[in-house]
Amino acid sequence: MRLFKNLSQFIKPIISVLFGLGLGLLVTQIAGEDPWNVLGILVRGAFGSKYDFGMTLFYTTPLIFTGLSVAFAFHSGLFNIGAEGQLVMGALAVAAAGIHFQSLPSFVAPFLGILVAVIGGGIWGAIPGWLRARRGSHEVINTIMLNFIAAGLASWVTLYLLKNPDSQNPETAAVAPQYLIGQFSFFEGAPVSMALFLALAAVGVVWFILWKTVLGFEIRAVGQNEAAARAAGIDAAKMRMIAMAIAGALAGMVGIGEVLGNADRFRVNFSPGYGFTGIAVALLARNRPFAIIASALLFGALHKGATDLDLETENVTRDLALILQALVILSVSADGIWGWLGERSRVRNKKQWVNSSLKSEIGESQN
Amino acid sequence: MKTFFRFDRTLRILLLSFSFLMAEGSFASPNKMKIGLVLDKGGKDDKSFNSAAYQGAMRVKEELKSFVKYVEATDDNAFESLLRSFAQKKTFDLIISIGVSQVDSMKKVAALFPAQNFAIVDGVVEAPNVRSLVFREQEGSYLVGAIASMTTPPDSSGTIKVGFIGGMDIPLIRRFELGYRAGAEDEAKRNRKKIKMISNYIGITADSWNNPAKAKELAVSQYDSGVQVIFSAAGASNSGLFDAAEEKRKFAIGVDSNQNWVKPGRILTSMVKRVDEAVYRSCKDVADSKFKGGVYQFGLEDRGVDYSLDDNNRALLTPAMIARIEELKQEIISGKVQVPDYYKKRK
Repeated sequence: MRLFKNLSQFIKPIISVLFGLGLGLLVTQIAGEDPWNVLGILVRGAFGSKYDFGMTLFYTTPLIFTGLSVAFAFHSGLFNIGAEGQLVMGALAVAAAGIHFQSLPSFVAPFLGILVAVIGGGIWGAIPGWLRARRGSHEVINTIMLNFIAAGLASWVTLYLLKNPDSQNPETAAVAPQYLIGQFSFFEGAPVSMALFLALAAVGVVWFILWKTVLGFEIRAVGQNEAAARAAGIDAAKMRMIAMAIAGALAGMVGIGEVLGNADRFRVNFSPGYGFTGIAVALLARNRPFAIIASALLFGALHKGATDLDLETENVTRDLALILQALVILSVSADGIWGWLGERSRVRNKKQWVNSSLKSEIGESQN
Repeated sequence: MKTFFRFDRTLRILLLSFSFLMAEGSFASPNKMKIGLVLDKGGKDDKSFNSAAYQGAMRVKEELKSFVKYVEATDDNAFESLLRSFAQKKTFDLIISIGVSQVDSMKKVAALFPAQNFAIVDGVVEAPNVRSLVFREQEGSYLVGAIASMTTPPDSSGTIKVGFIGGMDIPLIRRFELGYRAGAEDEAKRNRKKIKMISNYIGITADSWNNPAKAKELAVSQYDSGVQVIFSAAGASNSGLFDAAEEKRKFAIGVDSNQNWVKPGRILTSMVKRVDEAVYRSCKDVADSKFKGGVYQFGLEDRGVDYSLDDNNRALLTPAMIARIEELKQEIISGKVQVPDYYKKRK
């Protein structure tokens, strides 16, 4: 029974994705393209060559971080829409450190880069966490507003403090070379760096924190039932602050791949909405760390594949990729459909099962 | 004999139609020139900079009977990937990048594909296979600055007030501003009048090219402070300025494309930057096998930049004004009037 449950949890999102993709391809049919051709271009665009695959991985890396960020906050019952602002602050911190500490030895520099990315994003996540925990203002509003503040702050710092005088683009000067983490030449110039492995490691760490530590257990307990968690002696406010700080730190790590592994500098508006796509990534993966890898890869591939769609077809543009993504998200988030399809009793059983498992877990922690 | 004749005729018709089909087929694919166009994030419908490039490409498509494929980038990392996708096909005769933000990507990709011809508008890439198409925007801006100055009546204190709105705050747009300022001030000095210029920028990110609401807000506040004419170099954001000009019954000056038609009677003139012409000429050179790399400058003398005069704005400018502007234009071309260049001033 448990195995069946796991299997169905695994299969449901896949069916949803296929359904959403099918719907999207149907739209291309209406637009006057051969859907199989479109699918072929999407797949070739994302995986067709070493470079294409590299670009897919390049887009996947930040999505793993932001997906983890959103998922982590979700486990504490908070909705982190602020990953976009957190990643901007992380990246800005990396660039600032790389420009400011020019003479750091090369065996410390990249680690300092990683550290400031974590701190930069972490602070930006902790602020709405604190506001929520201590002041009760809603994190959705706060994180959105902090996105704007981060964008404005980054623009100001870039233009007035760290400007690259030789460039027409809004970007900072280059960071000192010893900070850079090399790109893999295997991908023929696609900017795939060590950041990818850092992202994969982060998946493991998040999984470990959430399911193998007391902290993770307490965070999940707060997320699932705050009253019950409080009754069990858990400081819910503190847990939420910690969860948001970690979520922010995860999003901030996007800055490592971007600044140290790709552009060598902070570019204003470098992110094509990684923070927001991260919400979809987490949603599709149902907030489970390891599933986030697959889900981020899907969205990364869609982003890369869609770029070529514009080039290879007559009627389909980059906007179609957005429609495809939206349809996938819609069909994934139409979770209720499964309950509606199944028996009502099954839903009731599930509720009972959730309640009882939570009770037993809380019982364990008290012992 | 008779049957043979008929057979012969049938055969001929068949052969003829077959050869025609063959010719048609060969005409459609290998001999046709192929042009790839990578637009900036503003997109082909910004009625301004990207639109001009797009129109040039469409002219190439019709007049040179070539195949044109254009794409719009999704994010800053996509430029390189799009340029590579075009270059990898090895069937495109020329790949054109539109806008300064593609300079870095172009540098990389041009080095990777040395046999491929590239062109880039607004930026300079030093490579043998890249043609850089740059404009002396300050010259055209100087002219429209003079127009703004001569059409504005002085206020009660005897001061002429003119306005400038820039899109993204980058050196390129500062170059527009400096030329415009010089034109407006010189003209006022010649007429012994005091002048004041108000200048605003929409923002410092690429969104600034696409923010008509902010442009309108800035324009309204400039008009309210006594400005009569505003020149705006802000891509698709310009439509906000034109709305404000219509509402406040004041005047605007368009940019890049000839925008006089957008609000006839409210737009004094446009500082046209013939991106379309630059794109067209580069493609023409490819068609004539005369394409070379290097930096190609366009200015007033070859009408690469100019002010626009058509039925939509003829009534707004008196013949005396037009004569004066033409005179100024000749003076700039001959070097009698020196227009300051922001790029040189910075160094």
